[in-house]
Amino acid sequence: MEILGISVLWTFLFGYVILGSIDFGAGFFNAYSIFTGKERVLSKIIQRYLSPVWEVTNVFFVFFFVGIVGFFPQSAFYFGTILLVPGSIALILMAIRGSYYAFESYGTKGHKGYAFMYGLAGLLIPASLSVVLAIAQGGFVEIVEGSPVLDYFALFTSPLSWSIVVLALVAVLYISAVFLTWYADKAKDADARDLMRKYALFWAVPLIVAASGIIIELYSHNRALFDGIMNLWYMFAISFVLWALTVWFIWKRRNYTTAVWLLIGQFAFAFYGYGIAHYPYLLYPHLSIYEGFTNQAMAISLVVVFVLGLALLIPSLYLLVRLFLFDKDYIQGNKE
Amino acid sequence: MIFDDPVFASRMLTLLTLSVHILYATVGVGIPLMIIIAQWIGIKKNDNHYILMARRWARGFVITVAVGVVTGTIIGLQLSLLWPNFMELAGNIIALPLFMEVFAFFFEAIFLGIYLYTWDRFENQKKHFLLLIPVALGAGMSAYFITVVNGFMNAPQGFDIVDGTLVNANPVLAMFNLAAPTKVAHVLATAYMTSAFILATIAAFCLIRGSKQAYHKKALHMTMKIGLIFSIAAALIGDFSGKYLAEYQPEKLAAAEWHFETERGAPLVMYGVLDEETQEVKYGIKIPYALSILAFGSPNAEVIGLNEFPVEEQPPLEVHYYFDIMVTIGSFMIVVALLYWFGMRQGYSFVTSKWFRWIIVLGGPLSMLAIEAGWWLAEFGRQPWILRGIMTVDQAATSSDYVGHMFVLFAILYAILMIGTLVILRKIFANNPVEKELAKLDAEKGGGQTWKS
Repeated sequence: MEILGISVLWTFLFGYVILGSIDFGAGFFNAYSIFTGKERVLSKIIQRYLSPVWEVTNVFFVFFFVGIVGFFPQSAFYFGTILLVPGSIALILMAIRGSYYAFESYGTKGHKGYAFMYGLAGLLIPASLSVVLAIAQGGFVEIVEGSPVLDYFALFTSPLSWSIVVLALVAVLYISAVFLTWYADKAKDADARDLMRKYALFWAVPLIVAASGIIIELYSHNRALFDGIMNLWYMFAISFVLWALTVWFIWKRRNYTTAVWLLIGQFAFAFYGYGIAHYPYLLYPHLSIYEGFTNQAMAISLVVVFVLGLALLIPSLYLLVRLFLFDKDYIQGNKE
Repeated sequence: MIFDDPVFASRMLTLLTLSVHILYATVGVGIPLMIIIAQWIGIKKNDNHYILMARRWARGFVITVAVGVVTGTIIGLQLSLLWPNFMELAGNIIALPLFMEVFAFFFEAIFLGIYLYTWDRFENQKKHFLLLIPVALGAGMSAYFITVVNGFMNAPQGFDIVDGTLVNANPVLAMFNLAAPTKVAHVLATAYMTSAFILATIAAFCLIRGSKQAYHKKALHMTMKIGLIFSIAAALIGDFSGKYLAEYQPEKLAAAEWHFETERGAPLVMYGVLDEETQEVKYGIKIPYALSILAFGSPNAEVIGLNEFPVEEQPPLEVHYYFDIMVTIGSFMIVVALLYWFGMRQGYSFVTSKWFRWIIVLGGPLSMLAIEAGWWLAEFGRQPWILRGIMTVDQAATSSDYVGHMFVLFAILYAILMIGTLVILRKIFANNPVEKELAKLDAEKGGGQTWKS
């Protein structure tokens, strides 16, 4: 039951990582293109895709944190206490982005300062959220008088936490660039596709460098987690192969659709691999999924609601995706 | 820093977030119903005025929803950040409706997105109309689930505490707590009432400014009628809430009414100034037997007074004023809407006069104030408990520092959000006057809908 719970949550988080990365990266590229005078090329594509979908992205995040409190109530105590500052900052940044959609997309367009804030917030959110992963793998939290206390100094001077932040940023830009290459190709917008393709190739190598760097740093920081990752070496190897294939297709300018699926596969293997290596800890070494699990009655009812909810949502999501993501006329701008 | 105490700072930050969020949440729950009614009448009567109402309201609505998503995400996470001990306990027993709320909202968001971007994609107008039903349903269900959680905080049930640990958890029983029915009904009724009066405010204001008469007159007439129905409903349900409190949370009712000694035939005190030493009320209006009637429906019923409770478990006494604000505005709006409805029927000229329309203009903001006052009453009235009888706010709050700093950051953020909302809403509608849109809609009526969002 514990494993089922954490698997569901980890899947939500994975969904958020992918959807959020596309969203955050797109915001950054949008701002970047406005300031380098390539506005016309990108803005349209980005707005056609992002506007109808952003609330869905946000809900994945809400699902994750509501779900984790439901399945693992103790995590509310540990993470709630520790994350007051990073959590609040992430919330404020998300609010800036959310209101950008509200004010720019639905309202009137073209405030440069806001577009800049929006792009910047898109980079700072993954940075502040990825710090949580650094905290969760242990070493930065002490229990003082029964309450967990976060050692900010240790956290901000640790090369590990900075590498995780760097990886998060690079991943955001890479995922987003690959996805938008495909989307622009679908939209038959050759200029945008070529530009995004360039960005995708540019960020591909730093991604692997950053990811490998973290594994090396874990060796000295958290040996247990490092060993866990080494035991699952094949998952990371598969992930690497998928990465190579994605880059190959993008390089060769073909099979963009396959490239996006390979990209998702690549991150899925790495993400679940990391998750399994992290098992059984939610917050190393203070909280494991077994100590923190909720009672049986709540767990069963959450699972039941989850299944019923999915039965309701999947058809609706399918409708949404069909209308906005896979409707050729819409993507190409023939339909408003 | 004035907010050195994390408990006090957490309370203030939660107060701030909820006071902002409830504005957006109320509109978010109520407006979809107004859009449905307008679009339905528009299709039935084949009247472009109503279709345009639905479109314009939907366009404004989406801005408030988007900001409501933002503030809702914030309060969802702040619950864990500011009240970690509470969420650890409550997560065991009341996480279910929280989880369901996310589904309900997700459902609503998906269909709202589709509705907004597909005005011209359906040949059949009725199919497009059908998309609104999941939107309104999702909004109503969201309100239901969240209010259930609040009900649980007032009337916790569905578990036992043995030696400080929670056992025998029954999440379904916790959901059907005693406070929920009256609370949910009151929340929904007041959301519909407030949304109707806010739209009436806009219509009345446009009429005073002399814009397109027929369109705004129809909008005003429709929203005032809806507002009348739901304000009467809100008052009736409010009466049930009083009866619930008298039975299950007598200290909250007693604090709200400044009722100190248990007695039969208790009078209801409105307004006034309290001398806390002698517990005497000066300048108040005493309505004989009214409190007994509110509490038990009988003039001679015995109502428990506040002095029966230990001092440290008594809610703060200023909740009396929140009660006064809520009830006064609620009653005032019933009178205004009744006058409007009756006056229109009889053809009295005062109904269309400028001064009466100014009163209607005030109605929207006043209803919002009543919503705020109602929630302050509900939340301050539960003090010192966060989970009545089980956990106090002192025990629940975070132990971490910097809550005060976060308060400042969030205050700035909310100021930007609220000002931004007003500016953008004004811009959208000022740039697209009704006259222009109507002409366009009429022109396109023949050859299918190609109106752009």
